[in-house]
Amino acid sequence: MPKGTAVIDRERCKGCGVCLATCPFGVLEFTGEFNSSGYPVAQMAHPEKCTGCGLCALVCPDVAIEVHREEKVAA
Amino acid sequence: MRSSVENMKPVFVRPKSLSDKKFTYCPGCHHGLITRILAQVIDELGIQERTVMVAPVGCAVFAYEWFRCDGVQAAHGRAAAVATGIKRVRPDLVVISYQGDGDLAAIGLAETIHAANRGEKISVIFVNNQIYGMTGGQMAPTTLVGQHATSCPEGRNPQEAGYPIRMAELLATLEAPVYVARLALFDPKHVLETTKAVRKALTYQVQGKGYSFVEILANCPTGWRMSPVQANKHIAAVVTKAFPLGEFVDKG
Ligand SMILES: Cc1ncc(C[n+]2csc(CCOP(=O)(O)OP(=O)(O)O)c2C)c(N)n1
Ligand code: SF4
Ligand code: SF4
Repeated sequence: MPKGTAVIDRERCKGCGVCLATCPFGVLEFTGEFNSSGYPVAQMAHPEKCTGCGLCALVCPDVAIEVHREEKVAA
Repeated sequence: MRSSVENMKPVFVRPKSLSDKKFTYCPGCHHGLITRILAQVIDELGIQERTVMVAPVGCAVFAYEWFRCDGVQAAHGRAAAVATGIKRVRPDLVVISYQGDGDLAAIGLAETIHAANRGEKISVIFVNNQIYGMTGGQMAPTTLVGQHATSCPEGRNPQEAGYPIRMAELLATLEAPVYVARLALFDPKHVLETTKAVRKALTYQVQGKGYSFVEILANCPTGWRMSPVQANKHIAAVVTKAFPLGEFVDKG
């Protein structure tokens, strides 16, 4: 499995929960943190499971997520 | 092995044509997603310097604020007429009207139909969320039969209020439009299909082909009194039955 990471801009997140419901690997969760607007913030609760598929970013209505993935290492 | 973003390849980054401003939309609202998709396509086509966004009256009234390109805010329902004027005076510009269903299908129905019928070389992005979001959730021409809204608390009664109007099918009967399609955003696959349709519409305008209309089935979690995740499921299970997805005209 490739390894990736989702970088969540906590001030843009509105806690809608769509990314949590979309991530196929259960990486994202609300962990009880709130941003300055009072919204619960989605977090990389299980970063080791992230493959960098980018689906969370694709569905985020507030463009709060950027996703990066490790380059494939040539065999 | 631990890794940092530095030695990783970007899979998804913020489009350059988006401004830094936070959207004023409610949590989960598809207006934000549609804005991002438009900005991404503007980036891909390299048209940021010559794009003009015509914003509606409705929750997207600040639409021009979210883009790093020029913009105008039209009177309620008149976005297609304003876009017509801009495009006729400056055919070199890429002119996009961005409108909700109250704006486009109720107060602005005449402007919508005649711009399409004249084949104005503009791209119309139609956000069909089946409700008047901004004013607190009143019935729109697109509200589903039986759907509750503040102005039809018992649910839309077709004997009194008629049936949901299918704008894409209606405009597809006209001679002039070069592209008419209906898309949705309830999962990643559909987000990608919507992106493809928006790319097609803007590409046809860049090529001078003519009028295009992209209807997008959107949610309004606040107006529908649903969570964003529930609202997206409702689009997949219910709304797409009343408003079938597809490309109705493609003369590219
Ligand atoms: C001439 C005029 N009539 C009525 C209004 C009140 N008004 C503001 S927004 C709106 C409807 C917006 O609904 P829609 O176009 O579906 O957009 P949404 O907010 O759902 O995105 C209305 C009727 C107005 N601003 N101007
Ligand atoms: S989809 Fe975006 S706004 Fe919604 S919870 Fe996830 S990061 Fe936050
Ligand atoms: S009222 Fe509805 S359409 Fe308007 S911003 Fe909120 S969710 Fe979006």
